[in-house]
Amino acid sequence: MANTIAAHHDAELHEEHEHVVLPQHRHHFETEEQQREAGSFGMWLFLLTEIMFFGGMFFAYLLYRNWYYPAFVAASNQLNVPEGTANTVILITSGFFMALGVWAAEVRKKGLLVVFLILTTIFGFAFLGVKADEYHEKWEKHHIPGASFDVKEFINPAAYGLHEEPLAPDMAQKTQVFFFLYFAMTGMHALHMIIGLALLFWLTWRAHKGDFSSGYVAPIENFGLYWHFVDIVWLFLFPLLYLINRHPL
Amino acid sequence: MSEYHDAMNVTNPEHAEHHIVSPREYCFVYGALLIGTIVTVLAAYKDMGVLNPIVALGIACTKAVIVILFFMHVKYQSRLIKMTVGAGFFTFIVLVMMSLCDYMSRAWGLW
Repeated sequence: MANTIAAHHDAELHEEHEHVVLPQHRHHFETEEQQREAGSFGMWLFLLTEIMFFGGMFFAYLLYRNWYYPAFVAASNQLNVPEGTANTVILITSGFFMALGVWAAEVRKKGLLVVFLILTTIFGFAFLGVKADEYHEKWEKHHIPGASFDVKEFINPAAYGLHEEPLAPDMAQKTQVFFFLYFAMTGMHALHMIIGLALLFWLTWRAHKGDFSSGYVAPIENFGLYWHFVDIVWLFLFPLLYLINRHPL
Repeated sequence: MSEYHDAMNVTNPEHAEHHIVSPREYCFVYGALLIGTIVTVLAAYKDMGVLNPIVALGIACTKAVIVILFFMHVKYQSRLIKMTVGAGFFTFIVLVMMSLCDYMSRAWGLW
């Protein structure tokens, strides 16, 4: 018994000497590994709250789509599919570079990490640029819900050169619900991207200083999780908002 | 380093070494996501009746799972993280399904 305790004590001492404490290691974590795990876990819990947050809007979308389907079809067909598709590709590309950024941090390539973070930022801004152009188009077409919203084109689409089913006046009003959800969901998504881009500037500057090229990748990794989450939200927004009931080519 | 090292305190027994996903894997994932985007647009212009939204959501879910597993490294994370992610999505699905059952059936029999 005494022997085992002594042996255990020796092992413990041995481990004390073996253990290299890195500068980023906080004292309240047993190991580096545990610290990283706790960080990932915390980030995921935050992302789950985000799922519930966006989920509320997705629920509203599903419900109103079910209730006012004809209005949703007519309104959705006014969205710009080429720009939406381009934006999907742009955002996937941005996410791809972010993933490569996490890899660059893990293999401690400082130059590559900075390059990938900058590419992530550029594609993020490109996305917002296309989005701004789409919003401007909505402005011009009076598709922004509220006082200046124009339902006439949905009541009498033929007069406006649209190949849509004409809607009864009460159903035509419901197109505003679609556009409200469009702005709420894409707007909240865009806000998340703006926050992400602000964080990217800060992370790029820190990466340039060399903060993430010595094995300390947690901030890059957790920001990556956030960025990919925003990506996933868009992967659902695109088909649900833009591709409800397109007419066969 | 904590003063009291407890050898029994193993938080993460299966997570021996941190897995680094290679750029090659990321390229495959990127390609898969681009193909998924093209397919979802083409599928939207085909008239499949009730299948259209199902196909659209199916492709979107597939792409999301790919992103979660590879870009977000969940495939290589500990069971704790996998369970956390799974539980979150499961809870969300339950909330949406139950709420939709309620709302969508409210006016049944009234028309």
